Amino acid sequence: MKTLLTSKFAVIRDPEKCIQCQVCINQCSFNANYFDAEENEVKSRNENCVDCQRCVIFCPTGAITITNTPLEYRYNRNWTGSIIDDINKQAETGGVLLTGMGTDKDYPVYWDHLLLNASQVTNPSIDPLREPMELITYLGGKPDKLEIDEKTLELKTKMLPQVKLNVPIMFSAMSYGAVSLNVQKSLAKAASETGTMWNTGEGGLHSSLKKYSNNTIVQVASGRFGVHSEYLNAGRIVEIKIGQGAKPGIGGHLPGEKVSCEVSLTRMIPQGSDAISPAPHHDIYSIEDLLQLIHALKEATNYTKPISVKIAAVHNAAAIASGIVRGGADMVVIDGFRGATGAAPKIIRDNVGIPIELALASVDSRLREEGIRNKASIVISGGIRNSGDIIKAIALGADAVNIGTSALIALGCHVCQQCHTGKCAWGICTSDLKLTKRVNPEIGAQRLINLLRGWSLEIKDILGGLGVNSIESLRGNRLHLRGVGLTDTELEILGVRPAGR
Amino acid sequence: MKNLRHINNSFNDDKVIDACSIFGAMDTSGKRFSGTGVIKAIANMHDRGNGLGGGFAVYGLYPEYKDLYAFHVMYLSAEGRNETESYLKECFDIIHREDVPSRKTAKISNPPVIIRYFLDIESHQPDASLQDDYVLNAIMHINTTRKDSFVFSGGKNMAVFKGVGYPEEIAEFFCLEQYEGYIWTSHGRFPTNTQAWWGGAHPFSILDWTVVHNGEISSYGINKRYLESYGYHCTMQTDTEVIAYAVDLLMRKHKLPLEIMAKVLAPPFWSDIERMPEKEQKLLLALRQVYGSIMLNGPFAILVAHHGELIGLTDRIRLRPLTIGEKDDMVYFSSEESAIRLISPSLDKAWTPMGGEPVIARLKQDGLQTTENRVEAVLSRR
Repeated sequence: MKTLLTSKFAVIRDPEKCIQCQVCINQCSFNANYFDAEENEVKSRNENCVDCQRCVIFCPTGAITITNTPLEYRYNRNWTGSIIDDINKQAETGGVLLTGMGTDKDYPVYWDHLLLNASQVTNPSIDPLREPMELITYLGGKPDKLEIDEKTLELKTKMLPQVKLNVPIMFSAMSYGAVSLNVQKSLAKAASETGTMWNTGEGGLHSSLKKYSNNTIVQVASGRFGVHSEYLNAGRIVEIKIGQGAKPGIGGHLPGEKVSCEVSLTRMIPQGSDAISPAPHHDIYSIEDLLQLIHALKEATNYTKPISVKIAAVHNAAAIASGIVRGGADMVVIDGFRGATGAAPKIIRDNVGIPIELALASVDSRLREEGIRNKASIVISGGIRNSGDIIKAIALGADAVNIGTSALIALGCHVCQQCHTGKCAWGICTSDLKLTKRVNPEIGAQRLINLLRGWSLEIKDILGGLGVNSIESLRGNRLHLRGVGLTDTELEILGVRPAGR
Repeated sequence: MKNLRHINNSFNDDKVIDACSIFGAMDTSGKRFSGTGVIKAIANMHDRGNGLGGGFAVYGLYPEYKDLYAFHVMYLSAEGRNETESYLKECFDIIHREDVPSRKTAKISNPPVIIRYFLDIESHQPDASLQDDYVLNAIMHINTTRKDSFVFSGGKNMAVFKGVGYPEEIAEFFCLEQYEGYIWTSHGRFPTNTQAWWGGAHPFSILDWTVVHNGEISSYGINKRYLESYGYHCTMQTDTEVIAYAVDLLMRKHKLPLEIMAKVLAPPFWSDIERMPEKEQKLLLALRQVYGSIMLNGPFAILVAHHGELIGLTDRIRLRPLTIGEKDDMVYFSSEESAIRLISPSLDKAWTPMGGEPVIARLKQDGLQTTENRVEAVLSRR
């Protein structure tokens, strides 16, 4: 069938700079560049280009530019180019449209409507270059109060397991299979050197990563791939994944082509077989079932590890989070609808869930109203772009944040949204060994360490400006936030005042 | 419900910000002394206030009624007084009632009516362990619902005197030179955003606990939300109210020792905790993990008093001044050393504590050193 789709991007090659070296051909995994032997010239197939910028960066003479194709559909508020294209794709394939990364739709980003405070006159700002500035955060359930022996001043309360983070920024769950082993190695090494956590995702733990176990969160998802006693005990935190912000309510599907020998060993499934994660956990059909799984995992790990439950930010996230905490979870992870994915139906990614800012605010408020906020840590994820987003999230009430896309960008990702194709030219979201070697774990780890260091320094600067020297004095401190361009209802949900008040 | 927030914070700011002078004196032998010196000392720091608030707390004040709850209540109307007095009669046996003596002075204009009551609750709440809560509920009820009435203090054998004016003017108005007590604390206020309201002056009190405070708590937003989840209503939107509630929660409800409470309000840095011996480390780690939301962050120096103890504490990096002076059985706490030296020129010892280091003056019969820091002392002995 002839495709009615048009090219989205144009590869423009400067003939004066191009030396016909064919590097662009080797770098492009989408087959957008080719060598025309008849004309003895490097050429491009625009229709294959996804604007991943791989050839642009690796062209030794800087000859390549990628632009949006000059062809534009006639303007129409309803029938935009992407809608016409999607209809054509489905008319040609009859399938569900898949996509990768987080939604690119124009929904409000509430971080950009929140502004931070700073000290002037009545209290001094604190200079982080001269004074201690503390970012250490402990995740895990906390008791309502401590009992202390009045005579010996010894602690009588037995604390639940706590996990220390040097920075309140962790890496989101990205499974082996969805991302390459080199990506996981980079994340694990960076987490270990920075003193934070990386997350296995649902694909099990590769044997070469066991040495990072102190900085590992092991995930138990609906497919239960690679879950066994040793795996559970190899992590510092065990996370039950109920849902994901990019695709709330549906499961996952790792195609058999991606289940290589190593992936099959780690996931404990036959090589080449599809790895299907069901939409629900088939042993969790209600909150009391979740409670049982939480306690089963606590038993399995001898009460030495916090148990986390990750949900997608959906309409009644606050009530669900309350149930999760009452069910005995030590951490609640909420993934907002801008959260990314290796593959999800586009219609779900772009239409299901709620913004993380509103979900976080309502969950934190709800847990406080119920007097159970201390029983669990709140971690949020889904579109955290910089240290400003992080500090606003903490002021709204988060203990820590997870970053996924930001971390992958540090490893080379250019957010071209082709994760679901398995052809990632940057070697990130693929299991093709020719491509995965493009991520060097040593360099990757260093780039991630640098990113976390830079953000930490910025967070310290902001804290000092606010006049506090410890992150816990900002956590849930919404008086340090003001809203701009928000409705009264949005301000009420966020629990912040409008700027100027 | 009446809106104290509106009275105390007429511009509806985040919180009422004020800077101040603080002064405290305690005779650790328990001997009562007149307020003359304390008044002179706080007057010496006149420039640290702006005349919009001054106050005093005195302990050992009413030995003749020492087992009765002493309520000092301010009334802005006769109607309010009638309403509140009928409520008091319902909840308590009023053993004695009198006007708080005051004199007409040039500086204090339009003062409210201030009455003190000595109240017995045995017949209303015989269970001694519940009496404090009973009294506290009554005070909260009056302050939040009764018209034109506000309880300044409600502890036993102690009282708070406060109002709008410089502290020395308030002292003159209340004839404080005529009273004696074994602990005095005082406060001169420099609020930046509040209208003159007598209830907004320091000290703040809960039962026999009082707090005077110089500073701005930048962690106020989370401190307030934390206390609200324990049922406290921060009606006045001041940092000081938050400190008073924190002290009540930690010491009365959670029963933490005073030294431990100080480590919650101004905890050591993580890097210091990591260097401590194991047992101490375990305790301080747990304190920060559990009570991080009530840590007071931002510049402050506070004096917290109750019967038998007076504690001085600054924030962890000491962004507000506090100087300690000792002379025989007397211990002085002051924003400025000059104020101490003015009334006790030849001190045995004067020093400035480290940031976050609590200084505790205790009655000697408790057999404890005046300012020993028991947390480190006890744990390092083990």
